[in-house]
Amino acid sequence: MTVTNPDKIVFARMHHPDAHTLGGYLATGGYTALRKALGDMTPEQVHEEVTASNLTGRGGAGFPAGVKWGFLPPEVHPRYLVVNGDESEPGTCKDRQLLERDPHQLIEGSVLTAYAIGAENVFLYVRGEMALAQERMATALNEAYQHGAVGERIFGSDFSVDVVLHWGAGAYIVGEETALIESLEGKRGMPRIKPPYFPAAKGLYFQPTIVNNVETLSNVPWIVRHGGQAFAGLGGGRATGTRLFSLSGHVAQPGNYEVEQHVTTMRDLIYDHAYGDGIRDGNEFKMMVPGGVSAPWLFEEHLDMPLDADEATANKTMLGSGAVVVMDHTTCAVRAAWRIVRFFAHESCGKCTPCREGTTWLERILWRIENGAGRPDDLDLLLDVCDNISPGLDWPPKMTTICPLGPSAPSPIYPSINKFRDEYLTHIKEGACPHG
Amino acid sequence: MSRLSNENVTLARTIISRYPRKRSALIPLLHLAQEQEGWVSPEAMAHIGELVDMTSAEVLGTASFYEMFKRQPIGKYLIGVCTNISCMLVGGYELLDHVSSTLGVVVGQTTSEGLFTVEEAECQAACSDAPCLQVNYRYFGRMDPAKVDDLLDDLRHDRLEDIVPPHGTLSRVRQKIGDPRQADAALSGEARP
Repeated sequence: MTVTNPDKIVFARMHHPDAHTLGGYLATGGYTALRKALGDMTPEQVHEEVTASNLTGRGGAGFPAGVKWGFLPPEVHPRYLVVNGDESEPGTCKDRQLLERDPHQLIEGSVLTAYAIGAENVFLYVRGEMALAQERMATALNEAYQHGAVGERIFGSDFSVDVVLHWGAGAYIVGEETALIESLEGKRGMPRIKPPYFPAAKGLYFQPTIVNNVETLSNVPWIVRHGGQAFAGLGGGRATGTRLFSLSGHVAQPGNYEVEQHVTTMRDLIYDHAYGDGIRDGNEFKMMVPGGVSAPWLFEEHLDMPLDADEATANKTMLGSGAVVVMDHTTCAVRAAWRIVRFFAHESCGKCTPCREGTTWLERILWRIENGAGRPDDLDLLLDVCDNISPGLDWPPKMTTICPLGPSAPSPIYPSINKFRDEYLTHIKEGACPHG
Repeated sequence: MSRLSNENVTLARTIISRYPRKRSALIPLLHLAQEQEGWVSPEAMAHIGELVDMTSAEVLGTASFYEMFKRQPIGKYLIGVCTNISCMLVGGYELLDHVSSTLGVVVGQTTSEGLFTVEEAECQAACSDAPCLQVNYRYFGRMDPAKVDDLLDDLRHDRLEDIVPPHGTLSRVRQKIGDPRQADAALSGEARP
């Protein structure tokens, strides 16, 4: 077990009760990175520090932020930064904590990023259902404008940018970056057909646009203050720095934890006293969602996997949004899989047939198995439908759809059938759920 | 059922001015209509369409995509109980059953006096505080049936009005439009920093 205790980065202020106020933020080193960047650094230098840090996207896809910024075509303006605060991946609750408890850190990271990429406008898209986050962000933005940290000639420099608070209205799919852009254009939140593959080339109003997640941008002030190398010095491999994990389910201490990547393992996160503190009530571990419900499940033999995106890929899954949902031996695998698939069926936007039809049928089949009406060939049927959505049932998944929602639906199904086939068969043979 | 009030039209125009294109303001304006009436009426949608240069059908097309926009009146308090995986594992469905049976409605319905509407909700991003529910999008985590009974009692007796505004009101703080330093300096007569 390797539980390191590095200085916290994005959660550094969580023990300050008033960190969400301008006074609390300034008292803890807030806005010094922005003053430093605007006073002493060129936009290119800010970009270089972020590239050197190897900070990767914390929303799900895990793409290196500095590389993403580099996809912007030179000299094409206006260009936009869109902050993705539409956190909705089941199991994930870290961005909401950052929005509510440290909104100025996100504003500072957003303005630094706008400076680095030359954006004229920042749109901060907060999930509609997060009323407190919207209030905290609105208050913080008003304070930040007053303080001269946003708006015209920031801190007396030549750099100006507006940050506009925008909020959604309830749709998981809007977390996908092209769907987010559609929503920000006042449309139904349906993903765009690719190509163009990257909003960096054609994004909001078909202008160059960078979409970054809340946690990703919240790391930028620290990186500018301490340097990209200091961030890259934490963690290991390509998994540098710290990252937030939302731990939920049958652990003794659910919560959001900032841990050092690569050196910390899944077992550390779940069992260490500083984090999950083990399975509740002394129960036995059965399975886990390792990175949001879009990620294929992992089992006991994977507990020593380092928290590192490359290690997750090697285990045919992902750390995704950093949501770890732990399930103990009292959990029915069929019911858990059914509930996750029902979510995807509900949230499918309906644009692509394999997703719209496939998720709906998977949900119905799982429902009838769980409720005692399963048929002998239902497991083959489930796997066949899964294979039609994502041929080969591999990870990263093969795509038959224009966004990853459809190929996420098989994620709880084929790993649990492989692992707990007998449990599925018992449901079908006995015509009932053995877990009651 | 009504159009936006004069005060809200003024606010709507300032919101529209923050975007490079008018229709980007559509979702914030639908929220404004819902804040005014508690739901989004056809008249409000038509009015918003006039403000952002969209047809009523286009406005409805967007509004109908999003879970939060209610196109018929609902209760003063919308109770959304999460049953997604993290909550289900620790009693989300039992909590939903308790809320709906206590209020005597099936999920999706509104109580006869018009006070409560009950919904089954997808993940609300409060997974480490499961099982959780929201009342008008304000969080109540680590819930159990006894806490639900206390919460319903508090809501019935208007004891949580400071925490839970009526359905439709999200942020009670509005972002100041433009550069408030200029506005404040103009008011106070001080030079800008």
